[in-house]
Amino acid sequence: MQLTLWTYEGPPHVGAMRIATAMKNVHYVLHAPQGDTYADLMFTMIERRDRRPPVTYTTFQARDLGSDTAELFKRSVVEAHDRHRPDLMIVGASCTAELIQDDPGGLAAGLDLPIPVVPLELPAYQKKENWGAAETFYQIVRALTKRPHQVAASDERRQDRRPRCNLLGPTALGFRHRDDVVEITRLVATLGIDINVIAPLDASPADIARLCDADFNIVLYPEIAMNAATYLKRTFGQPMTKTVPIGVGATMDFIDELGALAGIDTTEARATLGSRLPWYSRSVDSTYLTGKRVFIFGDASHVVAAARVAAKELGFTVAGLGTYSREFAREVRAAAESYGVEALITDDYLAVEERVQELQPELVLGTQMERHIAKRLGIPCAVISAPVHVQDFPARYSPQMGFEGANVLFDTWVHPLMMGLEEHLLAMFRTDFEFQDGAAPSHLGPGRVDATSAAVAAEPPLPAAANSTAETLEGPVAPKWADDAETELRKIPFFVRGKARRNTERFATDRGVTTISIETLYDAKAHYSR
Amino acid sequence: MTVVPRTSALSHANASGTGCADRPVIVEHGQREVFCGLTSIIWLHRKIQDAFFLVVGSRTCAHLIQSAAGVMIFAEPRFATAIIDERDLAGLADVNEELDRVVAQLLSRRPDIRMLFLVGSCPSEVIKLDLPRAAQRLSRTHAPAVKILSYSGSGIETTFTQGEDACLTALVNELPQETDAAIPSLLVVGSLAEVVEDQLNRLFASLGTFDVAFLPPRKAEALPAVGPNTRFLLAQPFLTDTARALTERGGRHLPASFPLGARGTTDWLHAAAQAFDVPDAHFRDVTRAGEERAKRALEPHRFRLAGKSVFFFPDSQLEIPLARFLSEELGMVPLEVGSPYLNRRIMAAEIDRLPASVQLSEGQDVDRQLDRCKAAKPDLVVCGLGLANPLEAQGLTTKWSIELLFAPTQGYDQAGDLAALFSRPFERRARLEVPGCN
Repeated sequence: MQLTLWTYEGPPHVGAMRIATAMKNVHYVLHAPQGDTYADLMFTMIERRDRRPPVTYTTFQARDLGSDTAELFKRSVVEAHDRHRPDLMIVGASCTAELIQDDPGGLAAGLDLPIPVVPLELPAYQKKENWGAAETFYQIVRALTKRPHQVAASDERRQDRRPRCNLLGPTALGFRHRDDVVEITRLVATLGIDINVIAPLDASPADIARLCDADFNIVLYPEIAMNAATYLKRTFGQPMTKTVPIGVGATMDFIDELGALAGIDTTEARATLGSRLPWYSRSVDSTYLTGKRVFIFGDASHVVAAARVAAKELGFTVAGLGTYSREFAREVRAAAESYGVEALITDDYLAVEERVQELQPELVLGTQMERHIAKRLGIPCAVISAPVHVQDFPARYSPQMGFEGANVLFDTWVHPLMMGLEEHLLAMFRTDFEFQDGAAPSHLGPGRVDATSAAVAAEPPLPAAANSTAETLEGPVAPKWADDAETELRKIPFFVRGKARRNTERFATDRGVTTISIETLYDAKAHYSR
Repeated sequence: MTVVPRTSALSHANASGTGCADRPVIVEHGQREVFCGLTSIIWLHRKIQDAFFLVVGSRTCAHLIQSAAGVMIFAEPRFATAIIDERDLAGLADVNEELDRVVAQLLSRRPDIRMLFLVGSCPSEVIKLDLPRAAQRLSRTHAPAVKILSYSGSGIETTFTQGEDACLTALVNELPQETDAAIPSLLVVGSLAEVVEDQLNRLFASLGTFDVAFLPPRKAEALPAVGPNTRFLLAQPFLTDTARALTERGGRHLPASFPLGARGTTDWLHAAAQAFDVPDAHFRDVTRAGEERAKRALEPHRFRLAGKSVFFFPDSQLEIPLARFLSEELGMVPLEVGSPYLNRRIMAAEIDRLPASVQLSEGQDVDRQLDRCKAAKPDLVVCGLGLANPLEAQGLTTKWSIELLFAPTQGYDQAGDLAALFSRPFERRARLEVPGCN
């Protein structure tokens, strides 16, 4: 049993959902209790998908446990097939259904559906989301690709066409997968290589069957595609890429790798393609980036790639790094060693927080979790990896991979940092009252609080008579707030409190109310309600 | 999957309220697009400020609470999950010992915690982990610093707001017994925003000199007493078991509509006024200003919303009171009003005031309900976050139901805010000049 405040990954069936949702004409019947449908909203809200994930949840309840949940599962499969008419069905259990041991795979097989049905065994009490995604993709690839002897008979002659590859790994709810696919597709095309299939994102079961028609595979996201690519290599002899093209150096290496795999000359491409990152990094204003201490945490591939960019392309010092991807701990440990630090392999958010606190880095490159840690500790942060947040699906084109991806990295990692001269000023004049927490930026004029307190200090309180004289002579004065009304006002969230104050005062002034009571506050609220 | 038209006469012989006796209700048992009871922790952990909620469950449970409402704004939340793993299931570790260890670890991290809820989940229920017993055992270990209680928020037993019902039921058992000499007092039951509680407190103070307490309290240490002199008003409609537990402790339920909108709030307050013999003239004097103000605040929204049809997917059990408010106070036309669970006794005052044309439904088969929704072509669909964007993409206008729970909506001075939640989607559509909109 593990005490968990936040979790980096969901359960493995959420990984399976990411594959099913990414694909076309696939339906997933998940044996699960009421409530597991929460996962739908990550796709419809975080990723803003315009349709529900293709998942039917059997929704068993306590009263079903005594009767026949297996019957409920079978009925759900039949109804889902009738309603959605998919080309492929995947079936499995969520954590609770795993405990009741209904064997979804066996039950579905007994129904003799006219389409392939892939059963999933995703041990919910051992494994997590990325493992579930990788396993699901692998099982689908294994079930749908042709057998090797069928391929040998139908293969075209390699010399009659351009080289051809698959792009493996992008899923629904993936960190920048949408834009990485565009960037890498463009790069691959520039090199004169055709793309056979992109999977699982937007691939149909028929596309999966065609995977074996490619000469090699590009593994964009090893966490998701490594198992499937290894199977394809073993079964069809398709080699795979090893470099994740994040950063300028890695993208260059990736181009070399593609050249070797496709048997093409990439000299010209290397010479003409590029990113603004190298010049921006060499530019003198970037000298203040030198040796900034960064802490890096996320999934394994993004962390390893980010460390290289941070150290070699921005001139930062890697103060620490780690991953929650235990499956790739070896790769991350090796990378850490090359930067002279010890890798933190954990899915315990508290351990990560402790490490950040201990290291006190100047920049954190992490996930949404580290963004919270950094915010709490007052350290600048940029997000480089899943778990995703609605902000990780920007409206603009924003890849992490390829040359445009390198431009994006430069901007998003450097902008949270204080700019060079500004940093010096802050250090030199640390006691300046406007540099204190809570001080309003000076270009916005004197803060309201200061003005009021200064006025109060300078003037003795007016007697009531003088107050009313002032009103008759000089027109309406600003109404006063009764203590309880002021207290009530403070209960309004800070971001609308200013507006509420202004509206109430205007309302009171218009009506000649001199003292604002709680009643006035709410009268005004009702008046301005819209 | 099965649609069983049912009338209340068949299965709810004790149903009061004449208007709903003949209403046909669509009862469905199919795929439900709803949250489980664990989700209530999202607001409960903020409401009771010295309480902590420890879910005993799976990674799915942890992921749910974290994802459901984007609650990661709280870097150090007052909830966590004790994730059961393979070793616990295989018997390699004693689950109870593991739980004791995790609780000790948690309490040493958070010495400010005075009350700890062990919250049961689907997996803990299925493996029959006895959390009430664990709570007793741990209470002994950690007394007197921390009181440890338990309830189930599992999806196999509870839907969304029923988690609060289960939590409050557990709390009712802990309430001190009122003294024999206690004068009649009022207990307001159900989580409310603090600003709403303060407003209601002022109204009750003007109405009479009876004591008023709220459940849940802001501090777990400040539990109100209960007994035969306790009269209680439900501020939320989803508190079936809490109401039963309070009745068993001697409390008397004051049946009323729910404090949504001008009339809803007046009726709700009136139930209290009657129970404490507040003269009607005085009641009118105290409530007139607030009611008038609420009506003024509703007016601009009424202009936008009157005549518009609305379709409710089941979510929080607030659907029926909300449909009553929209129809009675804003002139909207409810088509189907779905509720995850229909308690006819608690809802009687609300159902009676719904137009006869309203189709009630209980439970869900989401695909069938979506078919009905598309056929009905409502002007507004009130639904959960999983359905909202897909329906918007099909051209329907939606309001996410979760906001109706999180935003302060009860009482006179929130009536306008509540109406605004429904008129904003229309206003937005009217403002936007982008492809796909109008």
